[in-house]
Amino acid sequence: MKKGYDVIIIGGGIVGCATAFELAKRGITDVLLVEKGYLTSGATGRCGAGIRQQWGSELNARIAMESTHLFENLEEYTGYNHSCGLHQGGYLLVAYTEKEWAQFQENLEVQHRLGIDSRAVDLKEAREIVPCLNTEGMFGATFCAKDGHADPFHCTQAYAQGARRMGVEFLTYTEVTGLQVKSGHIAAVETTNGTFEAKTVINCANVRAPELAKMVGEDIPVTSERHQALVTEPVAPLMDCMVMSFHRSYYVQQTPHGSFVMGIGPKEEPSFNFHSSWQFLEKNCAVICEALPVLRKLNVVRQWAGQYDLSPDRNPIIDEAKEAAGFYSVCGFSGHGFMVAPRIAILMANHLAGQDDTMDIRMFSKERYQTGKLLLEPAVV
Amino acid sequence: MDDKNTILCRCEDLTRETILACIESGCHTIDEIKRMTRAGMGPCQGRTCRMLIAQELASYYHVPLEDVLMPTFRPPTKPVPMGILADAFSEEEGGDSE
Repeated sequence: MKKGYDVIIIGGGIVGCATAFELAKRGITDVLLVEKGYLTSGATGRCGAGIRQQWGSELNARIAMESTHLFENLEEYTGYNHSCGLHQGGYLLVAYTEKEWAQFQENLEVQHRLGIDSRAVDLKEAREIVPCLNTEGMFGATFCAKDGHADPFHCTQAYAQGARRMGVEFLTYTEVTGLQVKSGHIAAVETTNGTFEAKTVINCANVRAPELAKMVGEDIPVTSERHQALVTEPVAPLMDCMVMSFHRSYYVQQTPHGSFVMGIGPKEEPSFNFHSSWQFLEKNCAVICEALPVLRKLNVVRQWAGQYDLSPDRNPIIDEAKEAAGFYSVCGFSGHGFMVAPRIAILMANHLAGQDDTMDIRMFSKERYQTGKLLLEPAVV
Repeated sequence: MDDKNTILCRCEDLTRETILACIESGCHTIDEIKRMTRAGMGPCQGRTCRMLIAQELASYYHVPLEDVLMPTFRPPTKPVPMGILADAFSEEEGGDSE
């Protein structure tokens, strides 16, 4: 191992790996990525893996759209010899209240301004898209055929292997235990496998990002919230798209493998609880079986839990520490980090490489919680 | 166990050759192999393949079998139909948190 690196990235999820790849692509290859477990062992590997462009704010719709375009060619883009599992079967967003239905119309306008091919569908058409859908209680839905989902493990591996080929080093099963600051600038990262000097450090540690930032005196207003999901046995194709409701807070999709992956939103206190609960199992099945009664017969084979890194306005925070220049935190994705990671990684890499970007990175600064320039999003779970 | 075509994970139809390729590409644990190949993600949840993959890891890295990290054992123990779980749900018990 070398003594020091230009850049050290903490966190081997999709955000960290994609950032490593984009930096290397811009010629910054003296990079070390440190991961406490193995790649995708945190939030990335536990996520619902949905990719949706149907957002309600122009910013999120744009980031998601540009990320989708990257997901569409990720194998070629990164030189990966395995499929990243992208399946664009669409997202059917269903509205259960009149207010939600009205909000969806506004969201569509935002999406159409960006050229996202989404549309409102009535209940008859919703049943044509998902024949087994119980539309009782629904007002309508919106559909975007280019939304979908991908395999979070292989997407992350694609970025990691591409980065490795360009010279980025990876250190897994290695925990960051301390950060050294010298005259107001980040100087080194202490780990369970030695101390490494660094000119720049990028903190992509998801729910663990605040405690790392705290080591350099920075307060990041991100809390962790447990979310759970489950997967069924594989069956023949029943539906092609993701079905999702904000009001009843559920999502359900059939993966290309044939299994159904689903989850419901909790109302929980912040915690670092990574255990799954039987309460989730029962409530999730009750909520999902009402929307898709045909799933009653399917066997649940596995359930798991992960953490959302919630920021106050449910949008990412990208910020440089005040008392440790060169220490950046990229966190607070609030449950939609996977689908926006490709574009956020480009934004971050452009910033560090001194290249222009059409997006202003400063709007993601946590200063927005003082100035009130929040990044508000009406279409978030 | 020399046959490369021996099936190690029956649920996902994975041969010993596939598992060995994963280990040779740098996987250190059952968890990593699981996420790359789906080994142990089928209906039996790794009951058959878990220890077989552990053996391969132990022999490749020359470590005792008990030093191979076990993946998290996730519920339910046996596959359960969603309908049965749905009928067991009652609002009074909450269900939001433990």
